[in-house]
Amino acid sequence: MTGNIAILGYGLSAIGPGIGVGLIFAAYINGVARQPEARGMLQPIAFLGMAITEALAIFGIALAFVFKG
Amino acid sequence: MSIVATVAPADYTPPGIEEFWQPLFGTDGPLAITRPMLLMALSVILVAWWLLATTRKKAVLPGRGQMGTEAIYGIVRNGIAKDLIGSREFMRFVPLLFTLFVVILTNNFFGVIPPMSFPTMSRIGFPIALSLIVWVVFHVVGMKKHGFIGYWKSLVPSGLPKAMVPFIFFLELITDLFTRPVTLALRLFGNMFAGHILIVLFITGGWYMLTSGGVLVIAGGVTWIFAFVMTLFELLVEFLQAYVFTLLAALYIAGAVADEH
Repeated sequence: MTGNIAILGYGLSAIGPGIGVGLIFAAYINGVARQPEARGMLQPIAFLGMAITEALAIFGIALAFVFKG
Repeated sequence: MSIVATVAPADYTPPGIEEFWQPLFGTDGPLAITRPMLLMALSVILVAWWLLATTRKKAVLPGRGQMGTEAIYGIVRNGIAKDLIGSREFMRFVPLLFTLFVVILTNNFFGVIPPMSFPTMSRIGFPIALSLIVWVVFHVVGMKKHGFIGYWKSLVPSGLPKAMVPFIFFLELITDLFTRPVTLALRLFGNMFAGHILIVLFITGGWYMLTSGGVLVIAGGVTWIFAFVMTLFELLVEFLQAYVFTLLAALYIAGAVADEH
């Protein structure tokens, strides 16, 4: 079996952001369900949180290609 | 696993970073005119033409073109700038934010629109240039507002114990000078890079399976359906990344011009 362990590293680095993005949108959906008129206020916060959390996974894929050798 | 291995000859190479180096004219070196450079120039022409054409004859009762432009402008002006920077100072940053949003959005959409089919921002140089502009702007407006010394002082929240001040200042300094511009550029680059490589993988892999015959033809068909689904998903991601880049730029500017931290 051949391959590169950097790709495995990317898989590991995607676990945390995956959970994080799930938590953020769960909270966002909860918030909108409880108070639908707060949607406009919650939306930028949710997407901002998603972007910041997801960045870690994105760094993972960039570094996977860097260390591929 | 063994069936696939015997049917498929092992000469399929998955797409890699070499997919993104596409020189068009000149030498195959650092001075080459590449495809993303051409696309960036094209996007500037397209955006300028579109904005001029839809706003030259401004009407109280807007036509369809003017309506679309006003909707996009509304997202940036009211949805991003006004909400984050505050109604007192936001207006002077709207041109910058609107330009960022429209240019990034056009270039991202180039990633899935056929003749272009290449996201400009998947070359790291383009997002670095954009995030450098944002980086300079939010530091300069912050220094203009608070003064040079006052700006660095305003990084530390007031009412902190004396012993904690150096640590917090150091952390905030790293965040402001290094983490923010780097993550801003890498986020846009990474999303476009990963999305494009995924689409290329699905399409070339599906093509390889379709042409290799046997059971793999069905798998190739399924892969192409997934390639279509991923393209639609990529459209969403492209819009979202343009939005997030503008949102974060506005957030950094808001943090620099805020009165109290």
